[in-house]
Amino acid sequence: MVSLLDIIGPVMVGPSSSHTAGACRIGLFARRLVAGQPEHALIELHGSFARTGAGHGTDRALAGGLLGLAPDDERLRDSIELAGERGLELEFATVKLRGDVHPNTARITVRRAGVERRITASSLGAGRIQVTGIDGYPVEVTGDLPTLVFVAADEPGVAAAASGILARYQENIATMKVFRRRRGGAAIHLYELDKVPADAAIEDIAAIPGVEWAQILDRVT
Amino acid sequence: MYDSLDDAISAANEAGVSLAEIALQSELDSGLMDRAAVEARLGQALDVMRRGIEQGLTGKMHSVSGLVGGDAAKLIAGRGPLVGTLFNDVLAGALAIQEVNAAMGVIVAAPTAGGAGVLPGVLMALGKRSGATDQMLIHALAVAGLVGAVAAARASLSGAAGGCQAETGVGAAMAAAAGVELLCGTPTQAGHAAALTMQGTLGLVCDPLGGLVEVPCVYRNATGSAIALAGIEMALAGIEFPIPVDEVIDTMGEIGASMDVRYKETAGGGLAATPTGRRLAKERLVQIRPRGAAKQAD
Repeated sequence: MVSLLDIIGPVMVGPSSSHTAGACRIGLFARRLVAGQPEHALIELHGSFARTGAGHGTDRALAGGLLGLAPDDERLRDSIELAGERGLELEFATVKLRGDVHPNTARITVRRAGVERRITASSLGAGRIQVTGIDGYPVEVTGDLPTLVFVAADEPGVAAAASGILARYQENIATMKVFRRRRGGAAIHLYELDKVPADAAIEDIAAIPGVEWAQILDRVT
Repeated sequence: MYDSLDDAISAANEAGVSLAEIALQSELDSGLMDRAAVEARLGQALDVMRRGIEQGLTGKMHSVSGLVGGDAAKLIAGRGPLVGTLFNDVLAGALAIQEVNAAMGVIVAAPTAGGAGVLPGVLMALGKRSGATDQMLIHALAVAGLVGAVAAARASLSGAAGGCQAETGVGAAMAAAAGVELLCGTPTQAGHAAALTMQGTLGLVCDPLGGLVEVPCVYRNATGSAIALAGIEMALAGIEFPIPVDEVIDTMGEIGASMDVRYKETAGGGLAATPTGRRLAKERLVQIRPRGAAKQAD
């Protein structure tokens, strides 16, 4: 059901909730995948984002999110210049993603401290987003709840070990999803949690044998 | 939250309270926030609206494409028959907010970013003239939120789904009901104001040049606020619209659903498809300049 405050809000930088508020949130998600401000970002725009993106300030909103600016931060307008000052190198391109892809979609490849990650996400309207790909894995993340993301060897016991760690830290799992590209390769685990877990819990999960990396994507404002 | 404005109005009349009280009570029933928190959030929205109008009226807010900006300032300094009146303030406020929006300034999306000018345009001018307190304006915003929530539940708030009648049309209906609340009209009059306003925006298409929230969106917020003012004026005079407001909202939804896709934010019809509309879009649409070859898909 719609709330009063959904109608009288959000407070946001214009001109369009899909092109600025949603795009900014996509940038914030990409930033969280590398746990901080990337040094380099390749931003590829698809569909309507590619066509009207610059006129709508989508490029600036995405860059602002990568810098950690919120959707209502007036500095979004000057984020390209701000990125230069803060040492974030930006590269823009247009792309035609295959399949049934939402028209407002961006793919961002971020690099920080030798780690490179790639996220594909769509802006659904009213500032809501959906992440549809992480490092080439098909996923579904909305950010409505904090989501634990980790990539691990596709072998028995990984999910059990991770859920055991979460239980030890008294964290409750709302939903669990596992995707893999092929049997015996690697798989991505996505657990929606009721709250953001302690850093130590994430560290313990990253230390499970076979886990390549683990990160928390928490709800973006 | 209510999915019927007629029910909300009946509830207010039966309890002998204002429509704002019913709106706030229904928000509190969701149990997510207490009254003080809800009112504080609406108060923040009010501050952003007030600041947006000031910013827009400086005449310095221009969009990236350069298609819009500076017109709100022009209007208050103009030579029209309404200069210096409440009506001129309403139009200028609506233009100001929408120019701020197009220039990547901060706005309250109410009901959406594209229709965000109408409500502040109407409310701030009425509030200034009637000497309303912030508390009264916050209650008016609550009524606006109620109308928007009912429209969202029964129809749509998206130009892509229902045309401009779902964005500036709903914004105008929200502003009309809120304006009646602010000027101490009855809940029944607030309902008639919303119905009288929305009947005047039925069928309005969403046809922005190049798909940008600029032309005609900026001007349509001003004309939308004029229709809202007409709705308020008629309702406070005791004029009653014979079709119940819920049925008017349903009609908006039905028209939106059957509207051709060319008129739903696709820039495929209406003003966007005129020879000049196409030319301006081509000239002013700043393209993302690819650096390096476009990559293949995942």
